[in-house]
Parts: sequence; C-alpha cells; structure tokens
Amino acid sequence: MSLRTPLGRVRGLGSAKEGVHHWWMQRTTALALVPLTIWFVSSVLSLVGAGHAAMVDWLASPWSATFMVLLIVATFYHMQLGLQVVIEDYVHNEGAKFASLLVMKGVTFVLGLVAVLSVLKIALGG
Amino acid sequence: MAQFALPRNSTVGRGQTHHAPSGAKKPKSFKVYRWNPDTGANPTVDTFEIDLAECGPMVLDALIKIKNEVDSTLTFRRSCREGICGSCAMNIDGVNTLACTQPIEDIKGDVKIYPLPHMPVVKDLVPDLTVPYAQLASIQPWLQTESPPPPDRERLQSPEERRRLDGLWECILCFCCQTSCPSYWWNGDRYLGPAVLLQAYRWIADSRDEMTGERLDALEDPFRLYRCHTIMNCTKTCPKGLNPAKAIAEIKKLMVARR
Repeated sequence: MSLRTPLGRVRGLGSAKEGVHHWWMQRTTALALVPLTIWFVSSVLSLVGAGHAAMVDWLASPWSATFMVLLIVATFYHMQLGLQVVIEDYVHNEGAKFASLLVMKGVTFVLGLVAVLSVLKIALGG
Repeated sequence: MAQFALPRNSTVGRGQTHHAPSGAKKPKSFKVYRWNPDTGANPTVDTFEIDLAECGPMVLDALIKIKNEVDSTLTFRRSCREGICGSCAMNIDGVNTLACTQPIEDIKGDVKIYPLPHMPVVKDLVPDLTVPYAQLASIQPWLQTESPPPPDRERLQSPEERRRLDGLWECILCFCCQTSCPSYWWNGDRYLGPAVLLQAYRWIADSRDEMTGERLDALEDPFRLYRCHTIMNCTKTCPKGLNPAKAIAEIKKLMVARR
C-alpha cells in the first residue's frame, strides 16, 4: 500500500527527455524502405529464371550491393525499433523487460550483421 | 505482462431481470453493468425492460427512469444532460460516449451499458478517474507566462491565433477517448493518454502561453507521449467530434521541429 498522492505517482521520476529520436528514426527508416523495397522486389522479379552465376553477378555490382546493404540496415534498424515498442507495451516486469530488450537487440544486430557481411563477401569477390 | 483476461473477481455474471409493465407500447431491453463494493460479490448485468413510449429519447433518460421507477440503487454520474459537463461518460453499445447525447433509437437490439473501460469501478457505472485527473493536473493546464499582463486590458490574441485553439477548447474532459485507447489500457500508469495530451497541446498551441518549451520538455518521454501508436480509437469515440490523435501528432511534429 502507498499513501503517495496521485499527482506524486503520476509525476513519478519525471520525463526521460528522450523518445523523439526513436520516433523520428522509425518514420525515416519506414520512408527509406518504400523505394528500397520496390527496388528489391522489381530486381528479383527481373531475375526470375536466371541461374546462380547471373544472380551473383547482379549482387556483385556496386549499385546492387550498395542498395542491398542499405535495405538490410534499414530493415533491421526498423525492426529493432518496432520490436522495442512491442516489448515496452506488453512486458511490464522490469527485469523481464530489460532481458527481452537486450536479447531482441542482440539477435537483431547479429542477423543484420550476417546479412550485410554476406552481401559484402559476394560484392568484394570473396 | 499486459492483462488480457478479466481477473476472477471481475468476471461478469447474470443479474436480475425487471420486465416491462404489461401493456407497454414500445418495450426495449437495457442491459446494465452492476457492481456493489459493499457486497463483495462479482459484478452482474441486470436487464431492465423499459417502455420507450413513456421515456425520454436519450440513454440517460432511460437510466434516470430506471433509477426513479425500477431500482433506486442504480448508480451513475450525470449533471447537465446536454453534453457539456462530461459526467455521464460510459460505454454504451460497445462505444464510449455520453449517455445524455446518445439517442436510444440509434441502438439496434438491446442497449448494453457498462462503465468506461479499464478503470477501477467505484460502483455500477461510476469509474474511478483519480489517475486521469492527476495526469491532467501534471501537465499544468493553465496559462503560464513570465511577462506581466498589460495593466489596462487582457492578454490579446489575433483572430488567427485564437483559431488555432478551435477543436481543442471544446474538450469537456469526459475521458471517453482516454479510456478507449488500448495503449492507455496497457500503460495507463505512465502514458498520459489522448485526453490529457489534447489538453497539453491546447496550452502548447496557445499564443499567450510562454512555457511552450518547458511543456514540451515535460512530455518528451517514451511513455508519457510516445505510447501513442496512432490507433485512432480516441478520435473515433469522441462524443464532441474532436480529434485527439491530431493534437498528439502536432505535439510529435513540434518535438521534431525543435531538434
């Protein structure tokens, strides 16, 4: 039981003075993903039926590799921002929230890094 | 975790049925949520059959008729009966609205009446709004200035500056929007909610107020402001036709603009 006043409880620890960066990055990555996704889908469609060598050739070109890396970075960054909001919304136990945020961000970072390195390996002729 | 099912002591059972008097010309069923803190029993839904031929046109008229003629223990808030005091906000036919401005004839089938969602219930249709009131107080909803007022007249606004408050000043603080917001349901202890954020923007948008930056500082928080996920239930449910979602979006735009 607490005898703290409702106003005291609502004011709590005060404002965190952040959140605008998270929100703005979520919007800008969403915006960036529109042309990048259209480019990716149309490129893949134009390669329907092509063999492995043609696919590797396409991905190895500087333009394709650049856009591919941008697509991967924007996708995983956007995903991480979105999942963070989902966890903060629904997980209310502070310990469980901290742990799931850490795991989610770690997994997202590793998956993104693997994807980027895979593209670079092909693009740099590994 | 957020709670998705009702706790055991909140499961709603079936209550009493009060039939319409014989010879009723236009009977209509009202299913009303009842809970009495003194008995310790679970809440129930009572059925009241009311003769609409002998009743005023609005849901509040039916509730007053029930209280006067059928069951005087039915408890609800009401005052102005014309949509300006915000007292009789409740969940009618699945939508938060004001009982006094909701015509009975617009509701098909039985009229289901519950208290505002996800608030502790004081009794029957009376929700405990202590937290939303404290949240309103926390945003300091009054004019704040450092410049002293002119000695001989009011603080002036141009007609254009005054127009920016339209769609904001009309809010009657019934908290229909606040309690319709899923984000407020899950995080109502930290998220300020649509009604309070609309009030916050009402003072941010006021050309006479000199504390805009401090007001934005107090809102810049992942929970206080950014739990709004543009679900838009607030705008859909507002009985005054206001747009809290737009007010929140304007606050978010100002947060970016001052970076």
